[in-house]
Amino acid sequence: MMETLAVEQEPIVTKTQTLSGSQAVLEAFVAEGVDTIFGYPGGAIMPIYDALYDYHDKLKHILVRHEQGGIHAGQGYARTSGKCGVLFATSGPGATNLVTGLADAMIDSTPLVCITGQVYAHLLGTDAFQEIDVINITTPVTKWNYQVTDATEIPAVLAKAFYIAKSGRPGPVLIDITKNAQLQQFDYEGYQPCTHIRSYRPKPIIRKEYVAAAAELINKAEKPFIIFGQGVILGKAEKEFKAFVEKTGIPAAWTILGLSALATDHPLNVGMLGMHGNYGPNVLTNDCDVLIAVGMRFDDRVTGRLDKYAKQAKIIHLDIDPSEIDKNVKATVGVWGDCKETLPMLTKLVESKVYPHWVNRFREYQLEEEKEVIHEELNPSTDILTMGEVIRNLNELTDGNAVIVTDVGQHQMVACRYAKFNQSKSNVTSGGLGTMGFALPAAIGAKFGAPERTVVAIIGDGGIQMTIQELGTVMQSEVNIKVLILNNEFLGMVRQWQQLFHDKRYSFVDIASPDYVAVAKAYKIEGQKVSQREYLRDALTTMLNHNGSYLLEVMVGKENNVFPMVPQGCSVSEIRLK
Amino acid sequence: MQKQEFTITVYTENHIGLLVRIATMFSRRKINIESLNTSPSEAEGIHRFTIVINEFEEVVRKLARQIEKQVEVLKAYYNTNDEIVWQELALYKVSTDEIAEKVKVERLLRENGARAVVIRKDYTIFETSGHREETDKLVEVLAPYGLIEFVRSARVAIIKASHGFHEKLKEFEETEPGEDQVENEFLDKQNEVFTM
Repeated sequence: MMETLAVEQEPIVTKTQTLSGSQAVLEAFVAEGVDTIFGYPGGAIMPIYDALYDYHDKLKHILVRHEQGGIHAGQGYARTSGKCGVLFATSGPGATNLVTGLADAMIDSTPLVCITGQVYAHLLGTDAFQEIDVINITTPVTKWNYQVTDATEIPAVLAKAFYIAKSGRPGPVLIDITKNAQLQQFDYEGYQPCTHIRSYRPKPIIRKEYVAAAAELINKAEKPFIIFGQGVILGKAEKEFKAFVEKTGIPAAWTILGLSALATDHPLNVGMLGMHGNYGPNVLTNDCDVLIAVGMRFDDRVTGRLDKYAKQAKIIHLDIDPSEIDKNVKATVGVWGDCKETLPMLTKLVESKVYPHWVNRFREYQLEEEKEVIHEELNPSTDILTMGEVIRNLNELTDGNAVIVTDVGQHQMVACRYAKFNQSKSNVTSGGLGTMGFALPAAIGAKFGAPERTVVAIIGDGGIQMTIQELGTVMQSEVNIKVLILNNEFLGMVRQWQQLFHDKRYSFVDIASPDYVAVAKAYKIEGQKVSQREYLRDALTTMLNHNGSYLLEVMVGKENNVFPMVPQGCSVSEIRLK
Repeated sequence: MQKQEFTITVYTENHIGLLVRIATMFSRRKINIESLNTSPSEAEGIHRFTIVINEFEEVVRKLARQIEKQVEVLKAYYNTNDEIVWQELALYKVSTDEIAEKVKVERLLRENGARAVVIRKDYTIFETSGHREETDKLVEVLAPYGLIEFVRSARVAIIKASHGFHEKLKEFEETEPGEDQVENEFLDKQNEVFTM
């Protein structure tokens, strides 16, 4: 009723072009350079899918098996391509299934544009079939959201959506479009990309005084330490960051999302921060005199106990999001701005230096960690396979050139600790939200985002069972990903905590697995299972060389723990090696 | 440092759903909103939220930044009570017979600056505006004479030091924002920063 009314009331003028709201959505995608859409159709989004039928030569659509899989695929795509992930879901359950992925993308600053169908505008608020208040449900987990009830709004709203998702600190945007707006015909006057919204300032203006103040602190420092996060990758500032590190000669450690922004074998890359990070970076955080944080947000898993975190140090914090500065750790100098711009300014002002004695202290701690933890993890003396040795073999075979997608838990920590990376945008993991079930769909998306690269999804036996249905997507889309399941027959990280902090009371962490190889086979995916060392290397080689997707299940030690570890509530310098 | 009353003033676009987005900033942190008012502002098309909470300054400062980060929010300020001029409006319904009979009631109303809004045979509605203690006091003194109904509005406040939003809005409308738009708090702390 409403949409026919709207059409009738339109004045008959010389029309540039009459399009439906659905076509306008797809035109916006084409104009924004979208090439891949992940999605799942349903009643309220059918007009858009109908229009999509005619766009198949311009827009590739990947049919997922669950909307959560779709949004994680979108995230994987965004993380490896540096572009915006795009997806479609229908109203009601289709929309609510996106919530976990939206929350994940929000906390990990991943640019996404999600389009959800909605019931006809005149049915809003009537508890219609598959009607849900998706705008209010998703408000806390989106950077911006908006409901379209009139097709004429679509070009401008989508332009705004892409602009908001990608600019400044990126994040997920959700646009809910009622079915009448999708069907409505209107005069289409072309697509204008959005470049300015008056109430939104994606980039704070850089003040040279603070860059100068930061440089002065760095130049006076004797034991400076750089910690970097995903801001370097999101800002596409890897080169600028490397130049800064190399000129200053300051050792640099990464947060889990910063991993791969600086090559892991770079002489000044001293390793991983945080709860399961490396020994040196954690201990020396509480010994450095100037701590330079670049594009990171001082998550509690990085800082440990906050009132004992780097209290001796002057803190320089570079971030594009002003609300991050002073949020958790008080900055001595806050340098607001895009690090792509602030880092070169800083590099210009800092003296070229080396800190042989200071860098050597990281090496000393590394040697101790090698002796106590790493050597045994990577080269075990018993017959039981370890996760670490699987990663070591993988490193040797891929030479650090693969994209590694991890799920959440012990295997994630081990993979991130030991994986080698030569290039940026190679590590895809659910950092902030810790979403089990992330890896398999994210790997599918990661491969579409970087088709020329080898994508290995490393997943635990818990996580794989959360989104295992996406093997159907792998089968149908014929994407080439390598699924590496590290099976310890436990929900390992929870078990580790139960062992260490709950007197080994293993409460519901003993998880049974199906025959993964048989499951894969049912999906026409080849695979094998390995439980002995002598077959491991060959199996990994077979997996990597296989023409198409492959599933490899490796049985690893049941009760291995991830160390080092900063126990919760402890200072980073209280990190335990065992 | 202790919790105290802060008034947060938020300049926003007038968009559906923004109230929820702003309200969740508080509820997510388990902060109770004491009073919330939305109204037009001095600048055309710009809405103004006035929110009162009881919190530590540190919390309010971070909260204001998180609010300002929202796409449709232009600016968020926070102020203590001595930095603002504020008022709340209250309405009181009392029996007209009571007032007519008891001269004392009339005196009480006059003393408290109450104005009659509606006078009917059966009841009369008075209004006062002022600070909470003042409106509360009238409730107290009217109680013995049978206060039929009472309601108080949210706080509205003007920031003493503010020059209004007209000029600010022009800056926001610029595609390339000018220097003045930067409100880097370190600007006020230059000496501290540079002498460290």
